[in-house]
Amino acid sequence: MAGSYGPIGAGLAAIGAGIGIGQIGGKAVEAIARQPEAISKIQTNMIIAAALVEGVALFAVVVALL
Amino acid sequence: MNNSTILKSKTFNILLICAFFLTIGAFPAKAFSQDKASGQKEEKFDPGKTTMEHIADKHEWHLFGEVMVPLPIIVYTDKGFELFSSAHLQPQGTVYKGEYYNYMLVNNKLKVADEAGKIDEAANKKVWDFSITQNVAGMWLSGLILIFIFLNVSSAYKKRVGKAPKGLQSFLEPVVLFIRDDVARPNIGLKADRFMPLLLTIFFFILINNLFGMIPFFPGGYNLTGNIAVTLTLAVVIFIVVNINGNKYYWKHIFLPDVPFWILPIMWIVEIIGIFSKPGALMIRLFANMAAGHIVVLSLISLIFIFNSVWISPVSVAFAVFIDIIEVLVVFLQAYVFTMLSSLFIGMAVEEHHHEVI
Repeated sequence: MAGSYGPIGAGLAAIGAGIGIGQIGGKAVEAIARQPEAISKIQTNMIIAAALVEGVALFAVVVALL
Repeated sequence: MNNSTILKSKTFNILLICAFFLTIGAFPAKAFSQDKASGQKEEKFDPGKTTMEHIADKHEWHLFGEVMVPLPIIVYTDKGFELFSSAHLQPQGTVYKGEYYNYMLVNNKLKVADEAGKIDEAANKKVWDFSITQNVAGMWLSGLILIFIFLNVSSAYKKRVGKAPKGLQSFLEPVVLFIRDDVARPNIGLKADRFMPLLLTIFFFILINNLFGMIPFFPGGYNLTGNIAVTLTLAVVIFIVVNINGNKYYWKHIFLPDVPFWILPIMWIVEIIGIFSKPGALMIRLFANMAAGHIVVLSLISLIFIFNSVWISPVSVAFAVFIDIIEVLVVFLQAYVFTMLSSLFIGMAVEEHHHEVI
């Protein structure tokens, strides 16, 4: 098919980000359920890990835009 | 219930925040509609082009709506300096006869052209554009604000030695202590205080510029951290700091790690790529997060113009407001992640040797 494949790449990157951050969120929530007093530490680490995974997905989006 | 309890109630606070975001969300629509009104014939709305125009750098500063402040254009040609106001180059396509060359704006970029408007490619390479663009002026503004805030706070600390912090101090003190105790000291260890000025500068610079990029009218309206040249500069700073402060063990880990000898060439390639890719990842992470956030908000607003109907605007503005709220979270998070990863890399560079216990 004619045209660029950029948007398809961006969509695939979104799938990757979704799976990754979904896993992080799920495991974090499980950990909170096991030990509710550690909730703030778990939350901090979850947000950091999510930002890093999102960074990788955004590299793919930047390449898809070019 | 008298008036003060209404003002203090939670619902009022939530409504106030929503009203603020709604006001902000309405502005991009107004900025877009200027583009359509000025064209004589009805051109089809091109969302991609308009969005890119709004987040890219320009030679004038859009204050609000139609009002624009033209910024000076400073060009260093091979024949000498040239300085003129960008008002001479408006509207796009006007050719301005400078002292040495004729200039024209193409896609908001300065190009050398002859009198009829044809672009002269060979001459473009000899002309270096040092203009004060919107991003430069915005960076000066946020720099001034940062200097003002921190000089205030530091003088307040000197005057009130030993007393409890008051006012702006009490707002900044938890943040600074957070960076020292939770970001710098765990990652860098003993030498953390040496690097604190750098980490604090990076954190507040990125934070202020991200926040100003979120505001669509003056004093915001410039998208500094969504400009890859700016994030590249920040990443180069980290690269230089890490490699200059790297001690013997840092370089030993890169060139002579503890692996079987036949893997060593592969390890060299991997580690040398790693030296460049770690700051590179910092650069792209910050740039992509900010630029993508702005693109999403602008695309949602441009839905109104694609559908060419006013009834889609509540939906579109509601989405845009929602994404804007998430963007504020991303703003703080990206500043924090940049600072944390920088401190991690610096920590790896200055780490003392510890014996591997098997």
